[in-house]
Amino acid sequence: MKRELKIFDNPDNVKRLLRVFYASLVVLVLLDFVIHKHAAFPWEGRFGFFATYGFVSCVALIFIAKGLRRLIRRDEDYYDRPEDS
Amino acid sequence: MNSLSFGTGMPPALIFIIGALFIPLLRGRVKSAFMLLLPLAAFYVLLTVPEGMHWQFRLLHYDLTLGRVDRLSRVFGYIFTLISFISLIYALKVDDDLQYVSGLCYAGGALGVTFAGDLFTLYIFWEIMAVASTFLILARRTKAAQGAAFRYILVHMLGGLCLLAGIVLYVHRTGTIAFGHMALAGADTWLIFIGIAVNAAIPPLHPWLQDAYPEATVAGAVFLSAFTTKSAVYVMARTFAGTELLIWLGALMTVIPIFYAVVENDIRRVLAYSLINQVGFMMCGIGIGTQLAINGAVAHAFCHILYKALLFMAAGSVLQMTGKIRCTELGGLYKTMPLTCFFCIIGAASIAAFPFFSGFVSKSMIVSAAAYGHLAVVWLMLQFASAGIVPYVKVPYFAFFGHDSGIRAEEPPFNMLVAMGMAAFLCVLIGAFPQPLYHILPYPVDYAPYTVVHVVDKLQLLMFGLLAFCLLMLSGWYPAEMRSIHLDVDWFYRKGVRVLYRLIDQGLNRLNAVCDELFARKLPGLLAWIAKDGPALLIVLFASPFKAMSGAGEEEMDDYKRKIHATFDTLSIPIGLGAAAAALFVVLLVWVN
Repeated sequence: MKRELKIFDNPDNVKRLLRVFYASLVVLVLLDFVIHKHAAFPWEGRFGFFATYGFVSCVALIFIAKGLRRLIRRDEDYYDRPEDS
Repeated sequence: MNSLSFGTGMPPALIFIIGALFIPLLRGRVKSAFMLLLPLAAFYVLLTVPEGMHWQFRLLHYDLTLGRVDRLSRVFGYIFTLISFISLIYALKVDDDLQYVSGLCYAGGALGVTFAGDLFTLYIFWEIMAVASTFLILARRTKAAQGAAFRYILVHMLGGLCLLAGIVLYVHRTGTIAFGHMALAGADTWLIFIGIAVNAAIPPLHPWLQDAYPEATVAGAVFLSAFTTKSAVYVMARTFAGTELLIWLGALMTVIPIFYAVVENDIRRVLAYSLINQVGFMMCGIGIGTQLAINGAVAHAFCHILYKALLFMAAGSVLQMTGKIRCTELGGLYKTMPLTCFFCIIGAASIAAFPFFSGFVSKSMIVSAAAYGHLAVVWLMLQFASAGIVPYVKVPYFAFFGHDSGIRAEEPPFNMLVAMGMAAFLCVLIGAFPQPLYHILPYPVDYAPYTVVHVVDKLQLLMFGLLAFCLLMLSGWYPAEMRSIHLDVDWFYRKGVRVLYRLIDQGLNRLNAVCDELFARKLPGLLAWIAKDGPALLIVLFASPFKAMSGAGEEEMDDYKRKIHATFDTLSIPIGLGAAAAALFVVLLVWVN
């Protein structure tokens, strides 16, 4: 079996996928207008709370992790090196 | 009561462990068929055995119980036998009896822990698990695996000792070996708690997991991902449900590991960190302790075992077919491994708790339980950990998409695809139809995961998390994968111990050298010198003024001193002189006093 899938080799396909993705995001946010929420916490009912929280959380996660890496990154042989470091 | 009755069938744990002993005697298809029969037999026993205490026997004044069957233990029994079956199918092409025997004993140990009706039985199976699982790491037969296995067993022996010490103190205090609910108070329960926490990988006792699992064999990691932490979840739910400390430890546990998972390069280590993160949800649920929360924790353990095994199977397939496991070396594998890629995406969607995948129906229960308990901060932490979708997305992304590594590896053998297919199917099935799972949970379930509000909220959270990932990736802000390792708490026993060693080396050994110099070399010499030359010097000191008064010249004085020394060296001291010296000492003593 030497069949190869090449669907994402074509940049147009990637663009198409992203467009569908962005469109679904818009739909999701717009749904907040029509859905009536009765929430446990006051902020849950705010418009677009989950969208905002999801986005901000993920950005924070990535940037904090990026900063953290400066502190904790070591070479792959860090633990194997003999006594000197 | 005095004998083990097999009227209700053989205990599931013993089916596995005794069955494992026959593995080296069998060959080929017979061996495969026999292995696959073991989980089926255990599953049949679980289906038929009624609730209650089974397989009891008496040992040294204690009644030991191998089979406490109730709703809580039974659901863990189901999933442990189910995942053993799937893992064994995955492992069928492995030509290494060591892995089969240790894998089966390990699964048996987990089942033994699950159905243990008393603390002694619990402890014995706990240790069987620790020892058996170590061989799944050793079986990789690399130097790194050897080191990791060595550290793994040391940590688990330490945890096991904590548990044992706690059990001994507990039995001494209460006079019972009952394995039931405990309150966290006093040294005994704290030690038991710590012992369980080691296996549950609660930070800061977690680093053994991310250290050891990525070094295990391809199939071994699948076994490992299922049993140790989830049997600890079971024991924690049994003993410390409703312990407030667990809410906070669990919430922290969901948050901390995902930062590591973002920067980690080894795919199976990413999975190990997200495993810790998922067990955090369960710990949090157990800490909340309401019926909904406990149900949620148990359901999440059930779903988690399936999708985490699926992810480890997919990662294992990549490792086996390409020989590589680092994000930096992989990419573009969807081209030639589309099925593995597909299964991996289902696993990732399940762990990320997308609606209609298994994680959604179980994780929601825990998050809702936090909301009903008005635990705002905990709720925000859990939602942060859910929205932080990167660790789940990056595994399929970097292995199968991302930049094309040029590797054109084939799909793994058929049995591995079947095992992944089964796990993936169950992930979707449970996600779409959660009722059968809800039906076997410990408490009656009155919870509907699929409300429009809930689905939209969750989709917003996840899709906008995904958007953040996409935008940062497209803009180049996303931290590039690097060939590196990252310091975790295991630094303390991998490097920190060297500092301690150096302290001991420099500190204690120097003290040793000083003492040796002083007491072994200098002091005896001094004492010998005093014993040999002291009296002569004393005589010279006291006698020479008199000699000088008698008008002796300098030359005569030297000659006199030499004579006295010579007399003492040869011990030819005139008795009169000795007596005079003695008298002199007496006078000196009296004068001093």
